[in-house]
Amino acid sequence: MDLAHDPAVESFRAEARAWLADHVPAAPLPSLETREGFAAHRAWEAELAADRWSVVSWPERYGGRGADIMRWLVFEEEYYAAGAPGRVSQNGINLLAPTLFDHGTEEQRARILPPMARGEVIWAQAWSEPESGSDLASLRSRAVRTDGGWLLSGQKTWSSRAAFAERAFGLFRNEPGLAKPHLGLTYLMFDLHAPGVTVRPIGRLDGKPAFAELFLDEVFVPDEDVIGAPGEGWRVAMSTAGNERGLTLRSPGRFLAAARRLAAQWDACDRDPAVADRVADALIGARAYQLFTYAGASRFAAGDAIGPESSLNKVFWSEYDIALHEAALDLLGPDAERADGPWAESWVFSLAGPIYAGTNEIQRDIIAERLLGLPKGRR
Amino acid sequence: MRFLLDAEQREFARTLDALLGAADTPAVARAWSRGDHTPGRVLWARLAEAGVFALAVPEEFDGAGLLPLELTLAFEALGRHAVPGPAVETIASSLLLASLAELGDVVPAKAWLPRLACGTGLATLRADAPAALRAPYALDADAADLRLVVAGDQLWRAAEAGAAVASHDPARRLFATAARGELLAAGPHVAAAAERAWAWATLATAAQALGVGRALLERTVGYVRERRQFGVAIGTFQAVKHRLADVLIALEFARPLLHAAALSLDPVEIAMAKVACGEAGWAAARAALQLHGAVGYTEELDLSLWLRKARPLRDAWGTPAACRARVLAG
Repeated sequence: MDLAHDPAVESFRAEARAWLADHVPAAPLPSLETREGFAAHRAWEAELAADRWSVVSWPERYGGRGADIMRWLVFEEEYYAAGAPGRVSQNGINLLAPTLFDHGTEEQRARILPPMARGEVIWAQAWSEPESGSDLASLRSRAVRTDGGWLLSGQKTWSSRAAFAERAFGLFRNEPGLAKPHLGLTYLMFDLHAPGVTVRPIGRLDGKPAFAELFLDEVFVPDEDVIGAPGEGWRVAMSTAGNERGLTLRSPGRFLAAARRLAAQWDACDRDPAVADRVADALIGARAYQLFTYAGASRFAAGDAIGPESSLNKVFWSEYDIALHEAALDLLGPDAERADGPWAESWVFSLAGPIYAGTNEIQRDIIAERLLGLPKGRR
Repeated sequence: MRFLLDAEQREFARTLDALLGAADTPAVARAWSRGDHTPGRVLWARLAEAGVFALAVPEEFDGAGLLPLELTLAFEALGRHAVPGPAVETIASSLLLASLAELGDVVPAKAWLPRLACGTGLATLRADAPAALRAPYALDADAADLRLVVAGDQLWRAAEAGAAVASHDPARRLFATAARGELLAAGPHVAAAAERAWAWATLATAAQALGVGRALLERTVGYVRERRQFGVAIGTFQAVKHRLADVLIALEFARPLLHAAALSLDPVEIAMAKVACGEAGWAAARAALQLHGAVGYTEELDLSLWLRKARPLRDAWGTPAACRARVLAG
């Protein structure tokens, strides 16, 4: 057992650090949940991609560097330590791309991945519906067979990034009335500007249009934009939850950087004793999350699948993120109220963590049933 | 990087778990609580045979060399099976004597380390100020063959155990052993050696606390699968599931800190591990007590062996407050 990276990984780190030092904008970009900020973040994606830093873990032919999981973790540590901007392409990179690698065709990968890597096409996710949140498999939006493709109709909601994105991916019901709700679903990609799509941005808690409702009325999608076989959508969508995606949804580098920032602020506030324990816990939690991820990455590198333990991860980081931000706000005193404060935007974002990507209640059910072996019960 | 136990380490942990699982450790712990040390010493000899007490003894003194990672595996198993006795203190005493030997004072090491490594000697230790906050009592001094007291830059071998103080855990017997008897060593090297011994004691206690938490979780999972109310197993209820899920999260995120601390022996990392393992162990105890209901609040149920240990281990050899302060000091 050891925690030392290979020299080759360390030189990869040095290369990333040097590039970031030369390129990270000196001043933070405007919020990516605004039109102006979205455009600025898109330009940043292009800048990353120009030197092949936007998708380091992808194969080179799609714009990546073929980095293994340890290099990816190291890149993320450097990325957030450098104070680099948030990733406007994360839905595509973290959710759609792994699905394409596992279930897409080579034609789809060649067509979709390079523009995603360059930030030219930003992807929104379209999972939830007004009546289907945690119970996602109950979804009712339809995909009806037509000549050369499918016609999508129905309503999607809480669609992150959809207010300004180009395209979206999600599940649609192609065959209603089957024995189980997760049968008869198809995984499709569609254009948010196609005829029949109406995008209605929704203001999140701070009013910024971070997500949107999507109304679809016989939106044509060609067969080439189906991922996997029609009717296999649930399996396609869920299968990538068991691979490294469970490890890569939130990188430890992000929390290590935030904890260091918090500790520095605490130092600058004369080491306020009222917040001391929580600053210590933020440092401990960031290290714990990094090490837990290294352990998972080591198992993954040794050929093990990452299974339901990704639920442990999700609950941990989402609760941790809020606790860290609450400590940071407390250090600000009455200025914590200011919406333009140094932690304001990321605090608002942290509040959504226990809700999205499978609520923490669903995750705790998964932990209890699949890891602890408790019997299934009513949700 | 390969942040995973190797096959040999996993086998060592499995062997200890099997040995302890077959040893009726609850009966051993209850006997120890009554002052009957015989079953405890028999078990101690078997643990020594498995190599546990050689993990902090250099090879020149018949030990296995200093193996902190294996030590955390062993102490997680000791905690999981509620093994009584001054195991942490024996390890810390070994480190103290081994460190003195490294610093040129080999006589106490030669006299004691082979005995401690092979399990025929049990040791305990306590510290007078300024390190007293971390080790004010000598655990199980009545059962120990070697009672060490660090007082400033002096190391004493105490002749008497001294007055007993009751612990919340009856299997932990505390003594305010006085710095009197034989002066084993004196000089600045004593403080340096003690500092190193305290670090190992903190690490081993963290591991033990983690094992205690794991046992509490396992026993409670077993209970809520069996216990029926309203016509169903109470483990089907989300309020029960979610509480146990949180316990598992705390334990699983504490273990990597423990292993990393063992790899580096960095004082900040050891402090991080102690906070996380101690708090996770105690959180497991709270959940176990709550989910067992009234029967969990009884002395008779074996669960009490772990419930009563979790809080003392959280605080022994580095309270959460002291460890958090160490983390912040950087």
